[in-house]
Amino acid sequence: MSLKGNLRDFTVTQLLNLINLAQKTGTLTLEGPSLAAWISFREGKLIYAQLGSEDGSLTSLLAKGGKITPQQATVIKTRAADKSDKELGLLLINSGYLSQQDILVCLRAHTLDIVYQLFAWVDGFFRFDPDVLPPEDRITLRLDLENIIMEGSRRLKELEQLSEELPNLDMALNFVQRPGTNIRDVNLSVEEWKVVSYINPKNTIKQIAKANRMNDLQIRRIVFGLLQAGLVELVRPAGMPLPPQARQLPPVDRREQSSLVNKLINRIRSL
Amino acid sequence: MQTVKMVVTGPFAAGKTAFIQAISEIDVVSTERKISSEAEKIKETTTVAMDFGRITVDDDLVLYLFGTPGQKRFDFMWEILSEGMLGFVVVVDSARPETFREAKGILQTFRAYAPTPYVVAANKQDRDDAWTVEDLRIALKLDSKVKMLPCTATDRDSVKKVLLELLYSILEEMKEES
Repeated sequence: MSLKGNLRDFTVTQLLNLINLAQKTGTLTLEGPSLAAWISFREGKLIYAQLGSEDGSLTSLLAKGGKITPQQATVIKTRAADKSDKELGLLLINSGYLSQQDILVCLRAHTLDIVYQLFAWVDGFFRFDPDVLPPEDRITLRLDLENIIMEGSRRLKELEQLSEELPNLDMALNFVQRPGTNIRDVNLSVEEWKVVSYINPKNTIKQIAKANRMNDLQIRRIVFGLLQAGLVELVRPAGMPLPPQARQLPPVDRREQSSLVNKLINRIRSL
Repeated sequence: MQTVKMVVTGPFAAGKTAFIQAISEIDVVSTERKISSEAEKIKETTTVAMDFGRITVDDDLVLYLFGTPGQKRFDFMWEILSEGMLGFVVVVDSARPETFREAKGILQTFRAYAPTPYVVAANKQDRDDAWTVEDLRIALKLDSKVKMLPCTATDRDSVKKVLLELLYSILEEMKEES
């Protein structure tokens, strides 16, 4: 009988720990509120991960990892459509375009990126199917789970803290207009520059993350840093309607409103 | 009769109830309860729903001051209290830097509820360990345009100054909009 249950009762961290200790072989299926994920293991080692319908083909991963250009990826997809990932990998290595290490680095980064995201899943169901493994044509890895569990837990804690600091990713950002502050004079990383280039009251943080293909943790880290440095501020996105409760004075004319405020001023002065 | 409302908000034990008490013409209708949490026992009682003060202007106009509960578990009241407010005051205890971050969070939350004018009252400026208004502005990362005023919530004149500055801001905003 397969191992199954609710993520509310048994967390991803606990599941990975169990798989590691029991040296299990098989595939763990996680069904979140809007997405499913599959992680496969052989004798307690992580070998493969797939998130939703995301293109996990070798060509896409190499393009994502910057090992080939998007144009090269398109050419490879067209010309080697009938080749499996394993065959394609061998072809690229044998033809001297890439080393085995290049391929493994991309696969590892992609797999870990998926697994680390899963640590934050608290809603949904899980099922472990013993002996079910990824399709034969996929290249698999062999990663120790101990380090992954430790790093995932650390990131989860960081995400929780950042979520507390920055609870709403539907807000937009604006540069702080402060004398002596110029964003050009600040040393920013490439990733930070990518975010900065999209900062505009029209773009929500979520949209900026999507444009830069960043996950929640990555965007929160960068935005939190920019906020802490006082370079940006959170603003309501342009065009976002005010919540219905955000009404101000009753809709009377301006003169009447000013008169009312002046009355209040005079009264408080006289107290 | 027309009634208008201002909200006095801020972290736990920042001095919101005292602020309203100092200016209200009626005894503040308070919803204070004894504090149950050991961690928050820096004072005996706290506001659990709202404080309520009143200033009558004339037969046709009354200003109500609503103080929000400071403890985070009562923050569901904030949205209700912010409805239709003319402006709001964020009271910050200048001598408790551990509450500054929370004050900033409360400020942002209220700005999201209603983008009305607001001022920040740097309370307990009479204490030796109070941060200066300038230092507090940096700690709270407030723009120089935001009005930040030294305050002693138990002193009526000090509270008057804060409320008047808020009303001036409201008036200025009306002029800009018209």
